Amino acid sequence: MRKEFAKTVIDRMQTDPRVAVVIAAISRDLFPRTDRVVDVGIREQALIGVAGGLALTGLRPVVHTYAPFLVERPFEQIKLDLGHQEVGAVLVSIGASYDDPVWGRTHQAPGDVALIDTLPGWTVHVPGHTDEVGPLVEDALNRDDRVYIRLSLHENSQAYPTGQGFTEVRRGRKGVVLAVGPVLDRVVKAVEQEQADVTVLYASTVRPFDGDGLRRALDETERSDVLLVEPYLEGTSAHVVNEALEEVPHRLRSLGVKRHLELHAYGTAEDHDAAHDLDVVGISTAVRSFFHR
Amino acid sequence: MMQTELPALFARMTGDEKHEWAAASTLDVLWVLYDRVLNVAPDRVADPDRDRFLLSKGHGPMAYYAVLAAKGFLDPSTLDTWTSWDSPLGQHPDRLLVPGVEISSGSLGHGLPLAVGTALGLRIQGSPARTFVLVGDGELDEGSNHEAIALAGRFGIGTLTAVVIDNSSASHGWPGGIESRFTVEGWDALVVDGRDHDALYEAFTAPHDMPRVVVAQIRKDV
Repeated sequence: MRKEFAKTVIDRMQTDPRVAVVIAAISRDLFPRTDRVVDVGIREQALIGVAGGLALTGLRPVVHTYAPFLVERPFEQIKLDLGHQEVGAVLVSIGASYDDPVWGRTHQAPGDVALIDTLPGWTVHVPGHTDEVGPLVEDALNRDDRVYIRLSLHENSQAYPTGQGFTEVRRGRKGVVLAVGPVLDRVVKAVEQEQADVTVLYASTVRPFDGDGLRRALDETERSDVLLVEPYLEGTSAHVVNEALEEVPHRLRSLGVKRHLELHAYGTAEDHDAAHDLDVVGISTAVRSFFHR
Repeated sequence: MMQTELPALFARMTGDEKHEWAAASTLDVLWVLYDRVLNVAPDRVADPDRDRFLLSKGHGPMAYYAVLAAKGFLDPSTLDTWTSWDSPLGQHPDRLLVPGVEISSGSLGHGLPLAVGTALGLRIQGSPARTFVLVGDGELDEGSNHEAIALAGRFGIGTLTAVVIDNSSASHGWPGGIESRFTVEGWDALVVDGRDHDALYEAFTAPHDMPRVVVAQIRKDV
């Protein structure tokens, strides 16, 4: 995904003089050395501050580094140097929640989307396949507002269309499972294993949230039961599901990176998926207990 | 409007006495910039080639508002509304509410990195515009400033001028002098009396190839 992101941006820079890249040492070899590629070194507060200044002059900054250093460390800069100045930027992270857990907790950012979600006016994309990255980046470059794109090393087996609301992957009668980004394949496997009669929706864009799409899917089911499966902090989108269904009596269960676990463990991403019940076994258990009542 | 009218404009804004000293410390620098240095005007606030002035030290903006009113960016009657619900004037400036205000500030340590980005953006686009940013000596405690100071030096941004109002507000002072924190990163540095208009003018306008810091010293007892 990272290479596809860089390729898309570099191609666009050939024709769009507004586009500038701001990086903080990471991924410097992916971008050409031009005056519109600014490497601030390991200075993440300046990463966002400089991007804000570039945007104030009319440029379209693309800001990229590892997720915790893009969103968590300079969060006040995101809030003030972009949001409060009312300027736009495209923030693109790698690392996701725990793509490389051998580096430990310092390089994990399961709370990134939840943090961005505290600020108004952000579009958030969570692509689940490399082929979804290009269109999402292109769309972000076409705009002037604030966009966060969360890249991951983990992908689904196939891409789905972007920018058209939720995609129905499977139709059933007992409720809806909403799978965000790279968790889709695991969700589909879990639903098949459990022979659950549920609709599976896929989302590569979570903000704005396709509430109409969720309501339409639930119109076709016998129950308004929603299992939300997100690859980041559990319940990050629970409030927007509840807002979308405020006129509909419903049940909601959220799966994601558990809020109560401060893991002091390394291993693989799959180990961490298991610890957070985001592997097929954990999702299957949730599907069974939530829908088979 | 003349500089002599600033105190009367200043006095129309009450209720932030805690930051009156902060505001009074910046008054001469702001006046010299807007009266003699900046290539800006009320009818050119969106001109892409205008000079940029970023008030990083958003505390005590009474002096800033008074100068903006004196130079026609604000109707002086607006000063009477300050901090009220309908007023565009708060105790920290908002760029969306006041024409000519380049950044919304208040939280310290944001203006200098924004100024570096602004100056870089103007350079990338081939603009001759200069970028000035005003910070406080206390504000320099924020580490984000030092990321920006290093970057501006390494990038050789000669169109950038940082004005440090040195009114001895930093909790632990600056051993070796404030200017040394800049010169070690390649900045051109000048230390002047922050009340001496001619010295300020010279410092703001003398040619420089590297980013310049002007440390404007303000003493409370004079």
